[in-house]
Amino acid sequence: MKPIIFSCLLVLGAATGLTGCQSDKGGGIEPKVMADALHAVMASDRTVYTKQVVNRLQNEEGVIKASEHWKDDKALPLPAQMFRMGAEMVAEKKAGFTYSLLSMWPVNKQNKPKTEVETAGLKFVADNKGQNYYGEETLAGTKYFTAVYADTAVAPACVKCHNEHKDSPRKDFKLGEVMGGVVLRIPLSG
Amino acid sequence: MSWFKSLRLRWSSALVLGLVMAMMVAFLTYSLTGKTRTLYLPGPTTLGHYQIELECPACHSEVFSDRAALQAACVKCHGAELKRVDDSHPEAKFTDPRNASRIEALDARFCIACHREHRPELTSSMGLSLPKDYCFSCHESVADERPSHRGLAFDTCQAAGCHNFHDNQALYEDFLVKHYGEPPLLPSPKNVALTYAKAAPLAAKDADAPGSLVLDANETRAWVESAHGRAGTNCSACHASKAGEWQASVPGERCGECHEAEREGYLAGRHGMREAAGLAPMRVGDARQPMRPAAKDETLGCTSCHGAHGFDTKQAAVEACLRCHADEHSTQYRQSRHFELFRGDASGRSGASCATCHLPRIAEGRAARVVHNQNDTLRPNEKMARTVCLNCHGLGFSLDALADTALIARNFVGTPRVKVESLEWAHRRAQ
Repeated sequence: MKPIIFSCLLVLGAATGLTGCQSDKGGGIEPKVMADALHAVMASDRTVYTKQVVNRLQNEEGVIKASEHWKDDKALPLPAQMFRMGAEMVAEKKAGFTYSLLSMWPVNKQNKPKTEVETAGLKFVADNKGQNYYGEETLAGTKYFTAVYADTAVAPACVKCHNEHKDSPRKDFKLGEVMGGVVLRIPLSG
Repeated sequence: MSWFKSLRLRWSSALVLGLVMAMMVAFLTYSLTGKTRTLYLPGPTTLGHYQIELECPACHSEVFSDRAALQAACVKCHGAELKRVDDSHPEAKFTDPRNASRIEALDARFCIACHREHRPELTSSMGLSLPKDYCFSCHESVADERPSHRGLAFDTCQAAGCHNFHDNQALYEDFLVKHYGEPPLLPSPKNVALTYAKAAPLAAKDADAPGSLVLDANETRAWVESAHGRAGTNCSACHASKAGEWQASVPGERCGECHEAEREGYLAGRHGMREAAGLAPMRVGDARQPMRPAAKDETLGCTSCHGAHGFDTKQAAVEACLRCHADEHSTQYRQSRHFELFRGDASGRSGASCATCHLPRIAEGRAARVVHNQNDTLRPNEKMARTVCLNCHGLGFSLDALADTALIARNFVGTPRVKVESLEWAHRRAQ
């Protein structure tokens, strides 16, 4: 339970900071610090779910499967679906920031980069392992601080699923390789 | 003297004008209440809303409601269902900044972008008030990913029975592939069994109605033989108010205290939507669909279909519906194979009643319930494939039948003459 409590506290702290970030440019938390903190929670939870839930129960112990059609198959949601469900819930709450999981090789073509910052960021994190990409962009009249973080294949389940999926445009992913990126946006104005 | 006449004339005119204005104000004020509100309807409403069209605040919760206020009203009635069916285009998809350019083409953050009310000249089925090529504005490159889609007309995405904007639970590609090649009639029909509360059955002597009441023998027998009597539900469970007072007429809310999901479904559907809006129950004669003239003065409620005391579900599954509904599909039902099988099996496990399709039994986790929103499988009707048809028929046959409007009117007497190509395409792609 400890990681979950820690995650909750971190998100709470981050959200509190976000308010300051928007209302008081002088004394508030820097968008980059804010984005890094939020991503730390996301990446940690995502890795824990992938390794300790999906990979362990499906691939190591064979207790339950994970499936893209998890409701119909009475299975676990895939890690990427789990992540997207969280992103949708945050968007519904209008929490002051948005995030999405994108890739240059997406299974769903709606998740390929659209903006210049997304395109540049995904390429940068794929080419520069261990580094993040930060930029600013204006979308529909609102200026955003946009951060892009590498999304890496942390378990064999990631690689297996993407390499075998009929809609995947790339079938040669390897464990530890960058498969896409988390794009996180914080509004700066508008 | 002429100035005196002139002054008197002016006073008279002012008095008449004042009276006319006062009468207009009184009329307009009066017309804001009751049925005369029709004066303020900017145009006829859709089939989905006409029952509550005079309850303006149900949608226009604020005077001169803006889009956000209207949206809140839409979500209040339709939000839970959209969540349940895993809406393919939720608001969050369009509030994402990366989709800002999409909003310029179609601002689907708001229901009214696609579903404008009071505009019958713009409105097609499902209350859609947009031209049917709306998918194209975001999915214009679909043919690059799906060669089978090359050359398709812009309006065929949903018109061909393949995609829905909101609910795609029975239409996603892997589902189609999984059910490819199934025969029109599956080898063994699937039944969803309901579970009932277990309690000692009651006899007539156990009835706990006040001793001062003379009980009708037929009603008492019907209650003893009913699911209530068999499950130990006594008279007072329904007829005694919370304060302990006897009430001869049982309000629907009381039924809902035990049958919570059923009541919720009833209020969400066409039968109960007026009650959900705080209005008097729907009167059969006020329906826009064809109804039997003899039933015009009946009003809807739990007992209008289930009857009181007996609560015979088999009766509620066919006779109750056909007592009111007189459209072609309904009147043809008794000529159908569905009815022939249903009539021949006292257990109600064979064939299909009206309720089998329109108030289906669905399994939820380890429990099962009867969906009481009769519109749930009709918005649009492909939804019925997964919940109902697939219990007995293959998916290909089901989708073809549901796309054949003439066959539906004949209540499925005959075979489908429409071919939905999506299964074939999905199968070929999976090969």
